Amino acid sequence: MQRTQISAWLGVAPAWFVIGIFGVLPMLIMLGISFMVADPYGGVEPAYSHEAYIQFLFERDLDDSLIFNPIYLNIVLRSVGLAAITTALCLIVGLPVAYFIARQPESRRDVLILLITIPFWTNLLIRTYAWILILTRNGVVDARLQSVGFEAGTFDLLYTNTAVLIGLVYSYLPFMVLPLYASLEKMDFRLAEAASDLYANRWRVAWEVILPLAKPGIVAGCLLVFVPSIGAFIAPDLLGGGKRMMLGSLIYFQFATARNWPFGAAVSILLMAFVMLALLVYARVNKGQGLPAGGH
Amino acid sequence: MKTLLLALVAATALSGAAQAEGQLNIYNWVEYTSPEMLAKFEKETGIKVTVDTYDTNETLLAKLKAGGTGYDVVVPSQHFVEILIKEGLLQETGAGGMSTYANVDQRWQKPVWDPEAKYCAPWQWGTASIAYRKDLYGKEMTSLKEFFEPEEALKGKVQVFKSPDEVYNLANIYLNKPFCSENAEDAKAVQGLFEAQKPAVVTYNSENQNDNLANGTSIVANNWNGFTMRARMDSKTDIAYAFPKEGVVGWFDSACVPAGAQNADNAKKFLEFIMKPENIALQSNYARYSNAIVGADKFLDKDLASAPEMNVPEGVPVKFGQACSPEAQKLIDKVWTKLLQ
Amino acid sequence: MRSHVGQYPGLRIWAALFFVFLYAPMVVLISYSFNTNKLAMIWGGFSVRWYEKLFTTGGIADAAFNSLVVAVIATTVAVVIAIAAALVLVRQRPFGGAGISTALISMPLIVPEIVTAVATLMFFVIAKAAIGFDFGIGNIVLAHIVFCIPFAFMPIRARLSDMDGTMEQAARDLYATPWQAFRYVTLPILMPGVIAGAMLSFVISLDDFIITQMISGPGTTTLPVYIYSMIRNGITPEVNAASTILIAASTVLVTIYWYVSRPNAK
Repeated sequence: MQRTQISAWLGVAPAWFVIGIFGVLPMLIMLGISFMVADPYGGVEPAYSHEAYIQFLFERDLDDSLIFNPIYLNIVLRSVGLAAITTALCLIVGLPVAYFIARQPESRRDVLILLITIPFWTNLLIRTYAWILILTRNGVVDARLQSVGFEAGTFDLLYTNTAVLIGLVYSYLPFMVLPLYASLEKMDFRLAEAASDLYANRWRVAWEVILPLAKPGIVAGCLLVFVPSIGAFIAPDLLGGGKRMMLGSLIYFQFATARNWPFGAAVSILLMAFVMLALLVYARVNKGQGLPAGGH
Repeated sequence: MKTLLLALVAATALSGAAQAEGQLNIYNWVEYTSPEMLAKFEKETGIKVTVDTYDTNETLLAKLKAGGTGYDVVVPSQHFVEILIKEGLLQETGAGGMSTYANVDQRWQKPVWDPEAKYCAPWQWGTASIAYRKDLYGKEMTSLKEFFEPEEALKGKVQVFKSPDEVYNLANIYLNKPFCSENAEDAKAVQGLFEAQKPAVVTYNSENQNDNLANGTSIVANNWNGFTMRARMDSKTDIAYAFPKEGVVGWFDSACVPAGAQNADNAKKFLEFIMKPENIALQSNYARYSNAIVGADKFLDKDLASAPEMNVPEGVPVKFGQACSPEAQKLIDKVWTKLLQ
Repeated sequence: MRSHVGQYPGLRIWAALFFVFLYAPMVVLISYSFNTNKLAMIWGGFSVRWYEKLFTTGGIADAAFNSLVVAVIATTVAVVIAIAAALVLVRQRPFGGAGISTALISMPLIVPEIVTAVATLMFFVIAKAAIGFDFGIGNIVLAHIVFCIPFAFMPIRARLSDMDGTMEQAARDLYATPWQAFRYVTLPILMPGVIAGAMLSFVISLDDFIITQMISGPGTTTLPVYIYSMIRNGITPEVNAASTILIAASTVLVTIYWYVSRPNAK
């Protein structure tokens, strides 16, 4: 092996060590669990079964024949769709902000970045409660409207899809803005100047110069928003009313209330496989090496 | 790597969860262990108490099952006491033979979930039913029918628990079905009831019922008795707790000692301690739930002793949930997942 | 038109609205920390009783302290690991292990939290039984390091990509040692990515509940574990009070930083 290869392996060794032992090993345990039989009181019995994977798509009729059962698929598709919308909204809201911060004087940039994260030093549940207070009937906004003569309940967004999206976008914004900022900050604005000399249209400059430069940040940000938000359930439950289950609640429900660990594990393994596959396809399309190597 | 090792050393030193003599590690819900009562216990025995907290019975079960938790006293609900005993996760304490066990109310002595009182001492108990805005609803709620088959005016104003545990049993009570039925027809009946109720439901949520009742987002909501009492006192709105004629669901938490607890002797002292009326009354006054000890009443705060939510009227049955068989549990999960698909 | 290059109408307003959106819930949260009512969401009048309770009973303060310790250590370790990995994965080409290494680092991001929680719990139990491996709160730190790594890694990699190594090469040509080249050339270039990654790791660690609860033992309750355990008996404004103190303290620190770093501003 060449020296550079050896030093490269040394560089990633700590990550391999930590994630390998404390991330991959537990996941192998989980893969094993998904092929076992549920113990009625939580945990598993050491016997082979692939029933959990069948349960994902089919249910057993009284005569034991399999019938296609879309309820779990519905839940998965809903969660993925919501995550996609959340990611798009975060990008639309976050990109101009990241660009704005990147163009500030150096000392102000760090302060603005800190200001973005400070609200997230509080607890997710408490932040969501604050949103409930803002969005609910007789809440902070509705009460103000009432005091100037509107009827109670004029402003009542709680338990609507809008409320869910507000909650989700709010939760994940910093995970979009910060990577965007990290990649935009290095931008040489002389490039934009040169470009504007050539094109003389700042929107074309945005499209053809700034956006390509921001691409690594866009990729990183979208990953950090999209993947975790597939499993999000606190905002959908508390702000949306919990009338429709999300993937995160489904998995949690299987491990906790239903005490069906193999099925919870199987759903998680399928989810991971789906995300990994999506990332691989993305990497192929972008001719990157391996998984999302942003910007190449 | 040096950093990692240093961090680990520092972190280990910080944790310092002493297993030494004179220590007792309690694992319980937050705001559910009276600091006054603990102070009294520490003073009387010289044992130092730490309290850590968890969110659900399920978490407790998972952690005890995995083993090696380091806790000496845990406080599971009745159906989980059953499971924990079955799984061999609790150790016998001889609670029934303790000098203070005679203080336990006859009706709570040797309960079905711990039939020989070999394991646990009673902690607190209460009921789950329905709270409602009397002023907006306009009448007394007397039947579960009003909750499960709400009138037109309640459309979009009904709040239901997030997890099936208690509301499924309320439905069983209303339909006059047994708890933990393994019969698919019973499950279908419950499902039909839930599906028909759903258009009237504003949210499935077990956390914000008090706030939603107070601001009018919901008029009728699944709720626990102690929680409702707090809403009535703190919100200054006309919130009442219903005791429907068909019955209500009960819950009963007990203090138990996990198998392998390192300070089992201290834990037993604690169990003995909480069965004295003057001690458990401190706990009730703090957490504001009923206890099962005769003679504790006279140490209770007045508003608590006389609260309508705390006193089940004559003739209203209180039915306690059990640990269901895997077949029955599967039916419940299916009904619930279908409802929220 | 030169002065307008790269400037877009409404950008300032957009950014201002963004910060209003970000801080509106904070204003609500802080004002309700002065709510005398025990119901966190129903206003009962002004009082500082929750602050008094915070300072007298301590449970929540201990939990907050545990959280901060875990978050600081986990973030520091995760960032160091992420820098090393990002330098290799962006700079060293060709590198045979690039694809698999990136997949490995992204993995903790993809696994649902409850799965990590249960799996890690089982892992620690097995490890303890087999080789007596048990670090108390260190177990929590280890688990946090794992899921913090991708959050630290992504912004750092985004920062590094598209940047060539010419600056470092120049430094090396001027007889800088590899360490000097890293310390005085690479690290300053990386800094915005490092800050972004560190902030995200810190936030993720500070907010984690499900994993922490599963693997915590006696004396290691963190703030989120404490808060979620309150749900059953009702969350009180005491939590808002604790959050307010945290926000106030961090704002003070930021302000100090702002004044200290001012002379450097042009």
